[in-house]
Amino acid sequence: MARDNSYEAVMARNNEIMKKAVQIDYSIYETGKVSFDYEKMMKETGYTLEEIQVIQAQSSVGNTPLIELKNLTKLARKLAAPGYGAKIFIKDEASNPSGSFKARRAAVSVYHADKLGYEGVIAATSGNYGAAVASQAAMKGLKCIIVQEVYDSEGKGQPEIVEKGRKCEAYGAEVVQLTVGPELFYVFLRLLEETGYFNCSLYTPFAIAGIETLGYEIVEQVKQREGKPPTAIVVTHAGGGNLTGTARGVLKAGYPEVKIIGASVNLEGLHMASDHDFNRKSFTTGHTGFGVPFATWPDRADVPRNAARPLRYMDRYVTVTQGDVFFMTEALAQLEGIERGPAGNTSLAAAFAIAQEMKEDEILVVQETEYTGAGKHPTAQLTFARQQGVEVRTGDPADDKPGERIIIPEHPSMIKVKDLDLNRMRTSYIKNCIENFKADQLEEADLKFLAEDTKTDIDFVKSVLEEE
Amino acid sequence: MVQKGQWVEIHNIILKPSERAPQVPEDTKKVPLEMFVKGFLQHDAEIGDTVEIKTLTDRKVKGKLIRENPEHGHDFGKPIRELLEIGPKLRVLLKEGEDRG
Repeated sequence: MARDNSYEAVMARNNEIMKKAVQIDYSIYETGKVSFDYEKMMKETGYTLEEIQVIQAQSSVGNTPLIELKNLTKLARKLAAPGYGAKIFIKDEASNPSGSFKARRAAVSVYHADKLGYEGVIAATSGNYGAAVASQAAMKGLKCIIVQEVYDSEGKGQPEIVEKGRKCEAYGAEVVQLTVGPELFYVFLRLLEETGYFNCSLYTPFAIAGIETLGYEIVEQVKQREGKPPTAIVVTHAGGGNLTGTARGVLKAGYPEVKIIGASVNLEGLHMASDHDFNRKSFTTGHTGFGVPFATWPDRADVPRNAARPLRYMDRYVTVTQGDVFFMTEALAQLEGIERGPAGNTSLAAAFAIAQEMKEDEILVVQETEYTGAGKHPTAQLTFARQQGVEVRTGDPADDKPGERIIIPEHPSMIKVKDLDLNRMRTSYIKNCIENFKADQLEEADLKFLAEDTKTDIDFVKSVLEEE
Repeated sequence: MVQKGQWVEIHNIILKPSERAPQVPEDTKKVPLEMFVKGFLQHDAEIGDTVEIKTLTDRKVKGKLIRENPEHGHDFGKPIRELLEIGPKLRVLLKEGEDRG
């Protein structure tokens, strides 16, 4: 009998399809109404840091250079109060085989798929992860399909995503391209069912564990050069994996005191599933449209329990504007001689402002760079933005309005970070847990879990519950 | 005519506007969910015909033939004056020891 491939029928088979496609029984980690044993899941289904170092070394991933940004540090110090301006380093993740840190996640996921005997891999992503999976699959001789959201209803492709599609094809992957909409997941499920390939989800324990080496390397490299660990690390935050994996790597290196700062491009007011808004943003990742919902409800992911849990590790969450990031992308090229893609420079823009709040003897690390090219470039994005009717001008980035106006800062002193209220996000996460799991009476295990998952304590969790 | 074996792109409507997911915003609900896939054409055909292709993973997919030898049209766009001003400005700032502008 033919399978029912209607939207409702396929979505109803979600759990069954995912079980075959990732081979993890998430139910065995459940401990309460909302809680699950996160560390046990990471340990039993993932790999140790040492194992991952070996897996990544075999596929030429990781051990990327850590570059001191001497001129940007000097510039930040000129703008800061006397004695202020942390030394800024950048981890050049663009030197991974596929041009971004995503190679770390993909290396482990594809290794795992190969070990389990899958013929091919699939990933649903419009980001650098697609190229990373395609590149790793090419190395292992596995087939690869990447599903992308790339066009609006007029058939206009977002330049950055079009480029990422080209890159996937360059590695021999099949690229399935869709118009705007969350039903991408439906197409993804149908492809998993049709092919029986492994789901290289961004959110499995192995995909997250793959990033731990990044945090670990940063600490080791800074210690080696400066004789001490970094004061803080700025991580571009979207789905949460980058921040979670990096923070876990820092902890495994033995330095819980290193502050983990998440940074996203502010896209407030733009709806991520809107056909109209889709091409009015110049950043397709690293923005608040993913950063906020994935922090306040991580289990929205394609697997039942997301291994990326950013609020567990985040010490601070800031936003910058699209114009700030384009400015810093240009500054990185012009002052440091390093030309990289804009989305990856979100953390750089935030770091440039944050460094000015820090003392001169402190060290701030920008945790990634990404490759650049046609489409994935400030000139391509700004030309496209103008074609969509978005105003681009020089001025004060405080006048930024996502979807309407991109302001390129007139002076570097105008680049500021805006702090998001973490306690508000933590509260929202706890409320989402209760609502989505339909949990009325929480057990002791739940309270403990929610405290850990929000980096707070049981009293904080109780205070949120009492508000209800 | 597009010949068998040619690298082509096909198009399919996956969900009609009426079939779209409930959580989709109003503007997106008014348009279908469309899919584009590339592969090698399995038989001679005309643009607009329903055809079968073989993709890079050897999947056979059917759809409307829309493009022959589809190119990646993305580029670096036009020079952006607002960006061109940044480098010279920053070099002066670094050299002259100027503080807040």
